[in-house]
Amino acid sequence: MAIDWQAFRLTIELALVVSAILLMAGLPLAYWIAFSRWKWKFIVEALVALPIVLPPTVLGFYVLVALGSLSPLGRWWQSLTGHPLAFTFTGLVIGSILYSLPFAVQPFAASFSSVDRKLLAASATLGASPSRTFFRVIVPLSMPGLVTGVALAFAHTMGEFGVVLMVGGNIPGVTRTISISVYDQVQASNYAGANAMAVLLLIFCFGVLMVVYGLNRRAPTQRLWLLGPIK
Amino acid sequence: MPAPVESKTANQTLAARIRKTLSSTEREFSLDVEFSAAPGFTILFGPSGSGKSTLLDCVAGLATPDAGRIAAGERILFDTNTRKNLAVAKRGIGYVLQDLALFPHLTVEQNTEYGLAHLPQSERKQRAAEMLREFGIDHLRERRPAEISGGERQRVALARSLVTEPCVLLLDEPLAALDAHTKAKILDDLRRWNQAHCIPILYVTHSRAEVIAVGERVIVMDEGCIVARGTPHEVLRAPLQETVAQLAGFENIFDATVWLVHEDRGTMTCRLHGTKPDCFVLLETPLIRAEVGSRLRVGVRAGDILLAIGKPVGLSARNVIPGRLISLERRDMIISARVDCGVEMDVYLTLAARDALQLETGREVWLVIKTYSCHLMQR
Repeated sequence: MAIDWQAFRLTIELALVVSAILLMAGLPLAYWIAFSRWKWKFIVEALVALPIVLPPTVLGFYVLVALGSLSPLGRWWQSLTGHPLAFTFTGLVIGSILYSLPFAVQPFAASFSSVDRKLLAASATLGASPSRTFFRVIVPLSMPGLVTGVALAFAHTMGEFGVVLMVGGNIPGVTRTISISVYDQVQASNYAGANAMAVLLLIFCFGVLMVVYGLNRRAPTQRLWLLGPIK
Repeated sequence: MPAPVESKTANQTLAARIRKTLSSTEREFSLDVEFSAAPGFTILFGPSGSGKSTLLDCVAGLATPDAGRIAAGERILFDTNTRKNLAVAKRGIGYVLQDLALFPHLTVEQNTEYGLAHLPQSERKQRAAEMLREFGIDHLRERRPAEISGGERQRVALARSLVTEPCVLLLDEPLAALDAHTKAKILDDLRRWNQAHCIPILYVTHSRAEVIAVGERVIVMDEGCIVARGTPHEVLRAPLQETVAQLAGFENIFDATVWLVHEDRGTMTCRLHGTKPDCFVLLETPLIRAEVGSRLRVGVRAGDILLAIGKPVGLSARNVIPGRLISLERRDMIISARVDCGVEMDVYLTLAARDALQLETGREVWLVIKTYSCHLMQR
């Protein structure tokens, strides 16, 4: 069996959607983590970090239960769209967002907190609102962290297995990602096919990480400004 | 602006009453000050940790006082009675921090335009260009802060604050890292700018030289309180309290007893108490009305002491004291040498002097102190 291009396309699609959503949702969450002085903040931080240590099957199990037609969310979704959330691409996106959340939010928050507070003070005394300070000072100076976070979320989603299996199952063209496909072919004793898919995933993920670390190495704090300040 | 300068002057005075307690695990610090700063320079002078920066932070709105009132002219920025606390961004106060905090990712021009976001782009460009010309840095427009010199960065930071036409300017040791020449030129530019704008400028420093160079009025702070105020001359030349004396540049202050009085020579000999009970040093000082045995304090500026590596002869100076070098420490462009001669004295040297004399710790040295470099204070 040759390479399962359908699974490959589906996986990239999933990773793109998930990292785009994580970029948008992760920025405010990371901002809050970096700058909030709430004394119970550590609870939120622990919650965000949880997917790093939790077995994907456990996370996947709870997501499945939460999305299933017995849960309020699942029922609401079904009444809205006419079909269930579990075992769909949308369900897969929700599971993957939770699974990859720390890989995006932690680099974001770390780079936000490493921005010199004096620059933020200077921005405020020059009359800038918090949102202007965020977009003109914090974001440009956190660019390496933002790129790292998005790339890690992307690569991590590319390679996920447990959550996908639990939430999505193995439906070709809907929820069958590369890692599922590899597993499937090993189960069917098709080692050549499994190898082809595995190598593809390996090279792709390695390539993504190499580009990111290469960019960050060239200028740990500066060169990515060449991407340009937001005018 | 064609607005009459006089009325602007009268209205711009910064008046503040601030009380704030900062507690950390190591110490509790409280700031309790009341002052006003008229248009022109007001120096805030005091050792590090005396609360100068906290005071500036409160005025700028970066820190919130526990109690008090801050007003710039008619505009109330903060008042605990009416629970008013204007946001930093709305105060219109220029604040140049010690490390300048230029935006490293923006060019000089973009830095200067940063505070003008409310204006249309053409006006923004024009005002920034004018300001950069005024501070002689328009040729650096396209550079980033990392690509220009310390003095130039300083000018950019000033231009960036002043272009917003603040109602008060706060400067936190902005020129500390610069050489005297650059410093003087930047101060001239700032003075010229302020002749047209007449705003109060609060200038924080712990350098005595800067107080004299800049000062019109000085407020001396110590441990969160104002301990003296007046002109630099009043505050520095006639130290009334020991804190002021220390601040006024007497790096060496000793408890002393009058040992001998030489009415005929117009001098007297004082015995300085050393750190150990049997250690003492005799110092010839100017004569004051004091009995033998009365107790006082002697202050000697570190910059007024000569240091020799051989016993000097044929000097007019009356005090030649042998001792041993116990430490050499570089501070900015000077060397602070500590000499144990029964008491420990700090002596300031230039880098060149250190190298020419090949000084190192442990070396035997002689200290030369003129009689009139010894300042007597009551105890």
